[in-house]
Amino acid sequence: MMRSMRWLVARLPTVSLFVILLIAWQLAVSVGGIREYLLPSPASVFAALTNGEIPWSRHIWVTAVEIIGAFVIAAVAGVFLGTMIAWSRIISQALMPFLVFVNTLPKVAVAPLFLIWMGYGILPNMLIGAMIGFFPVVINTAVGLTQIDRDLLDLGRVFSAPKWKVFVKIRIPNAYPFILSALKITATSAVVGAIVGEFVASQRGLGYVIIATQSSMDTAVAFAALFWISLVGLVTFGIVAMLTRILTPWAENGENP
Amino acid sequence: MNDEVIQLDRVGMIYQAASGPVEALSDISLNVRRGEFIALVGPSGCGKSTLLRIVAGLRPATRGSVKVNGAEVTKPIAAVGMVFQAAVLLRWRTILDNVLLPAELAGLDPRKYRERAFELLRLTGLEDFANKRPNELSGGMQQRASLCRALLLDPPLLLMDEPFGALDAMTRDDMNLELLRVWGESSAQRKTILFVTHSIPEAVFMADRVVVMSARPGRIAEIKPIDLPRPRTVQVRATARAGELSLDIFEKLTGRRS
Ligand SMILES: Nc1ncnc2c1ncn2[C@@H]1O[C@H](COP(=O)(O)OP(=O)(O)O)[C@@H](O)[C@H]1O
Ligand SMILES: [Mg+2]
Repeated sequence: MMRSMRWLVARLPTVSLFVILLIAWQLAVSVGGIREYLLPSPASVFAALTNGEIPWSRHIWVTAVEIIGAFVIAAVAGVFLGTMIAWSRIISQALMPFLVFVNTLPKVAVAPLFLIWMGYGILPNMLIGAMIGFFPVVINTAVGLTQIDRDLLDLGRVFSAPKWKVFVKIRIPNAYPFILSALKITATSAVVGAIVGEFVASQRGLGYVIIATQSSMDTAVAFAALFWISLVGLVTFGIVAMLTRILTPWAENGENP
Repeated sequence: MNDEVIQLDRVGMIYQAASGPVEALSDISLNVRRGEFIALVGPSGCGKSTLLRIVAGLRPATRGSVKVNGAEVTKPIAAVGMVFQAAVLLRWRTILDNVLLPAELAGLDPRKYRERAFELLRLTGLEDFANKRPNELSGGMQQRASLCRALLLDPPLLLMDEPFGALDAMTRDDMNLELLRVWGESSAQRKTILFVTHSIPEAVFMADRVVVMSARPGRIAEIKPIDLPRPRTVQVRATARAGELSLDIFEKLTGRRS
């Protein structure tokens, strides 16, 4: 009881501001006379959210799968590449220029190519998201594995531990906070990638819903889609934040880089 | 049978720092016999930590010869317990798992060492903290945990870099006596210990010989044999002779006559 009370009190400023903004918005539209196709009122957005004509759950499902897929691909590829880079100087020298090149490409501009190569569907949208989000994971993994207290490595040497063992027992745990903080960025990038992919070409997903409203001028539906996108994004981000707390309880109190 | 565990012959060390070369050690010659307790005192920056790293084989000396157990040191030496100046605990592991790390790294079964780890934790007053993480312990407790880790595999040679620097005076006294016991003061099978400290009385109380170093570059100013009886007790420490030796070393170290 007490705890939930305190939780509510702590969030009171946020909630109050949100309610004030909502009321101001509603008034601006209904009293101020802004036309609905420019800025729909909160009431019409709410109506669109619960509108039975649009199969929201199917669109949310498609976008969520793309986001999760993009996230997982970026995480796995990023950690793998980052580990390779940290493991060997030669691999690092060979790989880095390519990775930097891929990262400097404007990913949004590459999106149409993915669709030409792979056609419509979930996979190209996942890959676009993964491409936007993988680079920070590569860098943070490599940094986390190599930026390590010299004494810690000496500790391994004192016990003549083999290189792989030092990697598994010292370097990898040392890299957890670095990797997890990159994954928070990746969670956001995955959302961007999925939506961009759907913008370029698709018949399903929340990005598609937004594009479709361009011709119908049904702005309230676009707002409703935005609401769902940010909700899916928040959940993704929340999962990573939770993972951070579970995997690196020692790094709490802002020790995460 | 070679009874010199550590043989340093005109060892020198020059670091190549960004700002230019730093001469950390010059002309260090010292032999340490098996079972000897050597304390190393000197101003900060005189190269005490550097010397321990060189003996451990973690850094190569730039001059001279370093032998441990008769063999030239070219890589990290085996069967050594090392206490670093900072506690250097793995912050993601519990204290118990930190203490067990040497067994894991050496490819031994850590489960077989649990009992010993608990015994060491009890010895150092940390048994209630076995399942805590390092950031939940004070600096002094972390140092004691790192001492437990160094002792886990019962190494015959201990290199200790200011292991009790962060302890309060009372705990420090306890730990001194505990270390003498671990060393094997009252047994025939003593370990060999190279012990860096900032405290002259501590050095006098513990050691067979105190090596006094001077700075820039680090040299041996004097090697002082400590002719106090063993076992060393609190009574021994309070004797006039102990005070005399401490004063001698203090004067050597500061260049002051009192
Ligand atoms: N890795 C290093 N690179 C450059 N200079 C170093 C390094 N480690 C120590 N030094 C320098 O060598 C000298 C001796 O250092 P150290 O062995 O830590 O002394 P002490 O342990 O006696 O305080 C100091 O002047 C220090 O700045
Ligand atoms: Mg030092």
